Amino acid sequence: MKVLVTIKRVIDYHVKIRVKADQSGVDLANVKMAANPFCEIAVEEAVRMKEKGWVSEVVAVSVGPAAAQEQLRAALALGADRAVLVQADDFPEPLTVARLLASLCEREQPGLVLLGKQSIDTDNNQVGQMLAALNGWPQATFASHIERENDELLVTREVDGGLQTLALALPAVVTTDLRLNEPRYASLPNIMKAKQKPLETLTADALGVTPRVHSQLLKVTPPPVRQAGIKVADVAELVDKLKHEAKVI
Amino acid sequence: MTTLVIAEHDAEGLKPASLHALAAAARLDGETDLLVMGQGCRAAAEAGTALGVRQVLLADEAGYAHQLAEPCAALVTSLAGDYSHLLAPATTFGKNLMPRVAALLDVGMVADIIAIEAEDTFVRPIYAGNAIATVRSLDPIKVLTIRATAFEAVTAGPDPAPVVELAHPAEPGGSRFVTDALAESARPELTAARVVISGGRGLGSKENFALLERLADKLGAAVGASRAAVDAGFAANDMQVGQTGKIVAPELYIAVGLSGAIQHLAGMKDSRVIVAINKDGEAPIFQVADYGLVADLFDVLPELERQLAP
Repeated sequence: MKVLVTIKRVIDYHVKIRVKADQSGVDLANVKMAANPFCEIAVEEAVRMKEKGWVSEVVAVSVGPAAAQEQLRAALALGADRAVLVQADDFPEPLTVARLLASLCEREQPGLVLLGKQSIDTDNNQVGQMLAALNGWPQATFASHIERENDELLVTREVDGGLQTLALALPAVVTTDLRLNEPRYASLPNIMKAKQKPLETLTADALGVTPRVHSQLLKVTPPPVRQAGIKVADVAELVDKLKHEAKVI
Repeated sequence: MTTLVIAEHDAEGLKPASLHALAAAARLDGETDLLVMGQGCRAAAEAGTALGVRQVLLADEAGYAHQLAEPCAALVTSLAGDYSHLLAPATTFGKNLMPRVAALLDVGMVADIIAIEAEDTFVRPIYAGNAIATVRSLDPIKVLTIRATAFEAVTAGPDPAPVVELAHPAEPGGSRFVTDALAESARPELTAARVVISGGRGLGSKENFALLERLADKLGAAVGASRAAVDAGFAANDMQVGQTGKIVAPELYIAVGLSGAIQHLAGMKDSRVIVAINKDGEAPIFQVADYGLVADLFDVLPELERQLAP
């Protein structure tokens, strides 16, 4: 079985973002970029599946700018066999990304697509579900544990009340939650070897997909700032303030 | 314009998040229908009849048990032609279902909205709540998930709406329910609690979380946790508050022994009053706290418990 695993290039987790003064978006110039953390978990899981002998090939895919090659090379260094970059200069909307991935699925015929549950920039949490719909495949979102049983995948999902386990017929789409695994670091020899692994670049055209616009970003503003609070000296003062000033207890 | 709200329920009744989604629907012009899908869920549908809706649609059969995404999305899609807006709460239920619905309808989707500016214009946080985007949807059907904490829940009204049973057999979708492992809690639900007490890595152990729980019981509060506390095994993962966990906006949020990473703040900074208890006076949590106490939590918690005793 082949696994497709997706990676998005996003602003690094640790960066404090800045909203542009003209409200057109978030300033991405000269900001450190990285792989979306949920995607790293997806890559790790795909590589572990290969190590267990469940899968024969791991294909890392990114939809994004040419610079996303950097994140694909990192995935190759972690154990992906080859990579595909679907080049898109703007940030396509989730449905367009899903349509591109669906077209790629038709070409690659994977048994499983692993994606992060959401990207930490747009916080949409949509692409995996949309891809499953377009392919007509079952989905398991927010996965915190994956096992294989006969021809099915047993996926434990993190839901609001606790955990839920589903069995999926393959092919299927699974999106990863934080506790699925702890991603490894690439070793220097593997980073060197990754440079030799194949990385193919495609366009939306080549995949027969015409990007469409479903929404218009009108403005981006900073969030409202909270009023600075006060420090209290001890518990008695805290309780007094909560009772008589804030009136919450 | 007509809106369909997809209910999250536990068969016996509607989940609180559904009441907030109905409130968002009420901000749109036109009437609202409520859809209840599941097995043995008539009681949940009945609960919806007094909430100001035109009608409650009920799909009650084994195929909708556990509300798996595949059959539920197929049903919602088949109903969508009659509606201008499809809404669900931005819970794990809504987030799992609605993008699948949108793709089946070949439309985009706007997730986790915190305000409605016009029938096609919505406000949502991005970058873990560090920026706020205003988005206009250009699609004929607007598919939305609603951040519950941004809309007041609807309350019961006088006019009962009819329950209309749908005859739409569930289509099997390649997934099968195996088990549930739901966390037991006698405390209020985290996302609906008036008071939330959250612990971080500073608690040091699972046993020390009991200190928080005792205080929570005194205040009728729910207990939350930072990702660090969950990853360290101090708390169950469904207690996690933050960008990737639950979003809460209680009257009072008490953060104990947690630093206030931006991913955590994204889940709680809309709380009305925030209290921070941390021995590190430089912790970022103090930048959003209305009341900060720089002290050792192991001294503070017992003292707080004593002073709050009736």
